[in-house]
Amino acid sequence: MIPLSVAFLPLTDSAILVAAKMGGFAEDEGLDLTLVRDTSWATVRDRLVYGQVQAAHMLAPLAVAVTLGLSQQPARILAPFRLGANGNALTLAPDFAAALDPAPRNRVEDPVATAHDFASAIGLHRRKPVIGVVHRFSSHALMLRYWLATAGVDPDRDMTLRVLPPSLMVEALRAGEVDGFMAGEPWGSLAVAEGLGEIAALGVNLWRRGVEKVLAVRADWAEAHPETQDRLIRALDRAAVWCDDPANHAVLARMLAHPDHLGLAPERILPALEGRLILQRGTPAVEAPDFLILHRAGANAPSPEHGLWIYAQLVRWGMVPAGPEAQAAAAGLFRPDLYQRALGVGPAASPAFDFFDGRRFDPADVDGYIASFGVAEK
Amino acid sequence: MRIAIVDDSGLRASILKDGLVEAGYDDIEVVAPHGAFVARLERMAPDIVLMDLGDPSRDALEEMLAVSRALARPIAMFVDRSDEAMIGAAIDAGVSAYVVDGLRKERVKPILELAIRRFNAFSAIRAERDEARSALADRKIIDRAKAILMQGRGLSEPDAYALLRSTAMNQGRKLVEVAEALITAHAMLDPPQGGAR
Repeated sequence: MIPLSVAFLPLTDSAILVAAKMGGFAEDEGLDLTLVRDTSWATVRDRLVYGQVQAAHMLAPLAVAVTLGLSQQPARILAPFRLGANGNALTLAPDFAAALDPAPRNRVEDPVATAHDFASAIGLHRRKPVIGVVHRFSSHALMLRYWLATAGVDPDRDMTLRVLPPSLMVEALRAGEVDGFMAGEPWGSLAVAEGLGEIAALGVNLWRRGVEKVLAVRADWAEAHPETQDRLIRALDRAAVWCDDPANHAVLARMLAHPDHLGLAPERILPALEGRLILQRGTPAVEAPDFLILHRAGANAPSPEHGLWIYAQLVRWGMVPAGPEAQAAAAGLFRPDLYQRALGVGPAASPAFDFFDGRRFDPADVDGYIASFGVAEK
Repeated sequence: MRIAIVDDSGLRASILKDGLVEAGYDDIEVVAPHGAFVARLERMAPDIVLMDLGDPSRDALEEMLAVSRALARPIAMFVDRSDEAMIGAAIDAGVSAYVVDGLRKERVKPILELAIRRFNAFSAIRAERDEARSALADRKIIDRAKAILMQGRGLSEPDAYALLRSTAMNQGRKLVEVAEALITAHAMLDPPQGGAR
């Protein structure tokens, strides 16, 4: 058995890693998988970059940021596998959510209207709204910015984005330190169950196939251990197929509920897996079948186009200067060739960039895309 | 040299602070990672921030480092990426350090080495404490298993213990594991009645 350590954060989208270990898929590939749970993304990143673990559950934009040297120690890391698509929700404190459409279902189903309602609510709130995001370099922060900007909100001027690890969001909401948060499940559902928040936007309704977490590895490790990496990808692929089958969701929720993983009741975890979320305590669940996609629809195939989109958004918000080298590096860390080598499959279809506002993203014209937004001054 | 220790554990912070004071550093502040700690750090303008690698507030601190205009100089973790042995030792000890860019390596290295030693000392103390705690918990589990055997099979306490001991030896397992298995099996065969626990 080959020992292999993988760092992760307690989130429902760690499902494939947890299932790979607990469902025996890693063992079948000769891997003795150790899952190392952390609380913050900085710790996960450092464990990977400095070699304490061989692989990590990582926010795709953070993988780009590490590669571009934007997040502490620069390192060459690769993403040979995606751990799913989508899975995030915006949860707002009831007093702030009161300014939105009274029917929770309408809020999530009409993100254009909700963005405008949110924009008007900003001036009426007792303070500049503080919204928790899990990391500066997260799909959460990038999509929240994208979404609210369509309603004329300048996220750096009109609100405060406060960075907090996902597992601390519910307590921050309870303490009134934030007026809402954008995070992966189960943290939104937990806030709803405790009556502390209402889910007002679903990531899947902002971008139907959003890039989310990747399996990140160091390039030097990947080059030295191609065989082990192939085994890991095969184990994760089989685990992902298993996770995607609704017949396995109850067992998967129990695996994730284990104290070594999320340490929460399975009932809090199941909604995201089933795509049936309660948006407000005491109301019936709303169907969102693609809320979190763990395998189907090509959700595990890495794609350089995702790196280009993330790069464009980072440039747009003044987080990195535009440049051909940065653009190439952001795209290059996504490695469909390594995914195909391990699984013996052909190239996947290009990813879909189907955003709620209908704006097109053409990977062949990244500069034109950035220019269409303008670049924030920093 | 101004040193900030961001720490939630009073014990670890004081072990580290004492060591730094002994080594002759006198401008040290301990900051608990709660509320507006980032603003406090910003006002302090430390040359070095030392904290636990796994501290949940690191993302918030790094966000401050990324956006702050008050801190004129950028901060980078660790002294010199060429010093891999030291980085490895720091990560293993769970030390995370943010150092003002441009601070000379010779000035930072002794502080980091000291932090690594003190973090390791703290871990050793904690491991001892956890061991003591788990020894206590083990004894309770074994006592419960003994009580089940005494009640169910009419054994005396020494005989109940001897039976657990010999079963553990025959199966090559720890005494506490056998006791746990017995308690679980007992609960499955004979679920406790409501209110009768």
